[in-house]
Amino acid sequence: MAVEHPVTTPSGDQTRIHNIGYRSYDGPRLGRAYARRSLYSQSLRGAYGLGRSVKSKVLPMLLFVVMCVPAAIMVAVAVVTKAKELPLDYTRYAIVMQAVISLYVASQAPQSVSRDLRFKTVPLYFSRPIETADYVRAKFAALASALFVLTAAPLLVLYVGALLAKLDFADQTKGFAQGLVSVALLSLLLAGLGLVIASVTPRRGFGIAAVIAVLTISYGAVSTLQAIADAQNSSGAIPWIGLFSPITLIDGVQSAFLGASSAFPGGIGPSNGEGVVYVLVTLGLIAACYGLLMRRYRKVGL
Amino acid sequence: MYDPTVARLTYRALLGRRRALILGALPLLLIVISVVVRALAGADDQTASDLLGGLALATMVPIIGVIAGTGAIGPEIDDGSVVYLLSKPVKRPTIIFTKLIVAIAVTMVFSALPTLIAGFILNGNGQQIAVAYTVAALVSSIAYAAVFLLLGTVSRHAVVFGLVYALIWEALFGSLVPGARTLSVQQWSLAVAHKVAGGDLVTSDVGLTTATVLLVVVTVLATWYAGQKLRSLTLAGEE
Repeated sequence: MAVEHPVTTPSGDQTRIHNIGYRSYDGPRLGRAYARRSLYSQSLRGAYGLGRSVKSKVLPMLLFVVMCVPAAIMVAVAVVTKAKELPLDYTRYAIVMQAVISLYVASQAPQSVSRDLRFKTVPLYFSRPIETADYVRAKFAALASALFVLTAAPLLVLYVGALLAKLDFADQTKGFAQGLVSVALLSLLLAGLGLVIASVTPRRGFGIAAVIAVLTISYGAVSTLQAIADAQNSSGAIPWIGLFSPITLIDGVQSAFLGASSAFPGGIGPSNGEGVVYVLVTLGLIAACYGLLMRRYRKVGL
Repeated sequence: MYDPTVARLTYRALLGRRRALILGALPLLLIVISVVVRALAGADDQTASDLLGGLALATMVPIIGVIAGTGAIGPEIDDGSVVYLLSKPVKRPTIIFTKLIVAIAVTMVFSALPTLIAGFILNGNGQQIAVAYTVAALVSSIAYAAVFLLLGTVSRHAVVFGLVYALIWEALFGSLVPGARTLSVQQWSLAVAHKVAGGDLVTSDVGLTTATVLLVVVTVLATWYAGQKLRSLTLAGEE
């Protein structure tokens, strides 16, 4: 620091600020939108370990491969046996592979936000032109996109394979489109839930366990209760119980509106009226997650 | 072999602040569900067995085990504060053993106790089901805590690997590949529970002798190796 200590006792006219010749920045200022885009792309790359150490690439890549391999096997089986349709619906795929998806959310959501909290880098972000909403939107969008890549890639494999196996084009395209809508909803919902839980704790390990606990325990509890309701012949209650876990929520939405066959016990999906409730709850949950994140970051951003 | 100060610090790291509340949410949910099920379906041995086996033993015990086992040492290694502990004149195996005791105690309190309560709510300990699953939860608490404590000393991503083992290996592969069941803490503890319950509601794919031997071997080996790992621990930077 180029500060000269005055030898004599300080008086008003002797103190002065030296201009030591630093140049001020006069290049282009890229602004808020650019910063938000950068944060988004960094978070998205980070969700697959790109631009990070080799060790942190292992898990997301492994889960990605585990997601895609069964799809490739199904395509191969369909081609060899000359089947008329794929062994698994597009919409069912994510439900069957939910353990892998949950693990991915659980490992990457805390990775995305917990470390910013722990090393107290959040205020540094907000010293840039971006604001709370930008940070939350960028992180939310990045994790949702990463999840969409994870869940849509196997569907793409199935679709391309189905076309190569010369299955009915119109039928397959319709199924593929329905599958994409459903995984997009699933990605938004899981990303929101994962980020809300992870943003509460600065400890990564705890965040991972909390996310996985919420996802698997809620699913386990809901499907147990549904099975019991089914055994008790009170099948009217099954769709209402399904509202309480994210995976069954998506299952209900897609069996009501996206032509999927329900994974609920007894195969009873929600009716159209109940389906509207499912859609509303899903969208409401996504909005609530966004709201909670905004509230959380308004506080920690200071 | 047991150091009260280390134990106190570990308890505080595991249960301090709001963490005990979050850890307590899972058992609470189990009990709420059992109340709902009892109200919906009445007392039924098969339902009780399904619920305790599927939700309590297969999901809750491993998750609590992961949180307690890795949480007993993982965060300390992660943020580097373990050096202050290691620089004290306490033997490293003693540290591991103490942390193991704490992790086992926490897992037992938060998983076996609610299992017992849920079992009594579900069918009032008919056919010894509540006691059988509680014994299974107690036994598996020990093995899970030891294994996940070892994972905590070995890897920074211990929680993920622990969950991969508990959810993918035991739940997914265990239901698809019969051979995977032989190497599963859950099945070993079920073998013990089978001995307690006696009936055929609680079944296991592993014999009691094999199960007991494997449980003891895994617990002892994991603890010993965790002590060895801690002796030669190097602190790396972030990731």
